[in-house]
Amino acid sequence: MTESPAPLWEVFIRPRNGLAHRHVGSLHAHDAKMALLSARDIYTRRGETLSIWVVPSAAIIASDPSEKEMMFEPTGSKIYRHPTFYEVPDEVGNM
Amino acid sequence: MAPASCDPRAAWLMRLGDATLMLGHRLTEWLSRAPTLEEDIALANLSLDLIGQTRAFYTRACELEGGTRDESELAYRRAEPDYRNPLLVEQPNGNFADTIARHLLFSAYAHPLYEKLAHSTDAETGGIAVRSAREMAYHLRHSGEWMVRLGDGTRLSHEKAQAALDDLWPYVPELFEADELDREAAASGFGVDPSTLRGEFDAAVNDVISRATLTKPADSFGQRGGKSGRHSEWMGHMLAQMQFLQRAYPDARW
Repeated sequence: MTESPAPLWEVFIRPRNGLAHRHVGSLHAHDAKMALLSARDIYTRRGETLSIWVVPSAAIIASDPSEKEMMFEPTGSKIYRHPTFYEVPDEVGNM
Repeated sequence: MAPASCDPRAAWLMRLGDATLMLGHRLTEWLSRAPTLEEDIALANLSLDLIGQTRAFYTRACELEGGTRDESELAYRRAEPDYRNPLLVEQPNGNFADTIARHLLFSAYAHPLYEKLAHSTDAETGGIAVRSAREMAYHLRHSGEWMVRLGDGTRLSHEKAQAALDDLWPYVPELFEADELDREAAASGFGVDPSTLRGEFDAAVNDVISRATLTKPADSFGQRGGKSGRHSEWMGHMLAQMQFLQRAYPDARW
């Protein structure tokens, strides 16, 4: 047999209407269609799924952990950006 | 051949359950041994679908024949000739291509069968068929997509996929041969005459075979017997393994 290892895919699932797709894990598959089928088999076994996205892991551009001071620390002192200064009405639902 | 049940509707449903039980059991033999982790889980899912269908068919059959037996008794405490599954589903797993080809052939038969059975005069049976048809639509997709990749993959995978198809093709005609029980079940509106399903089977299988760059085997001769209780040499081994626990420890519970 060959075998080039199958590429890695990231799986995103939207459990219900009104919610965003959420990253749930990854899997190996040789192409997009099989990745979608595998995602269905592995990550939706317990029901409650409306939609699946699969994305080649190589297509994800990640931030560099060594730059976390520059990237993320400056926001730590800006408490006024947190939505804690006003009431969120219940009717808004999921945010 | 003695009928499998005193009630012809139950006998007909039990035959569906026998087919899904044997194929479901075969797939469990892959657990922890599938080519990839992803496929291991996928095959387990397919197996659980089939065993779930078995339970539903058997349970309804037991109700129809008057409630003297239950699903476990049908699954674990009958002798080989009492099982009336087509020979296809008891064939060994072989290599991955053999398993996928067997599953493609079964799904392409069971999917239209359940779609028609959804209109059964028995609402309970129709309900089971609706749910099962959805499951088989996915089985057809899964096995079909694999078949395309094996057939249209490497030279070796193509050879194995073609060999699998050639080896299993003689078991296809039995799926569509109607006997007295089938005709009776269809005439009453309870069941489906399998000879009416061949067109849909051919359409689905032809599509996969052509995308897979495989060659459709010629219809030459058919291996038959399972539907009337005459099984291949593999059946006894499978039952011995499947029934061991219930035979050694009758009424064992978790």
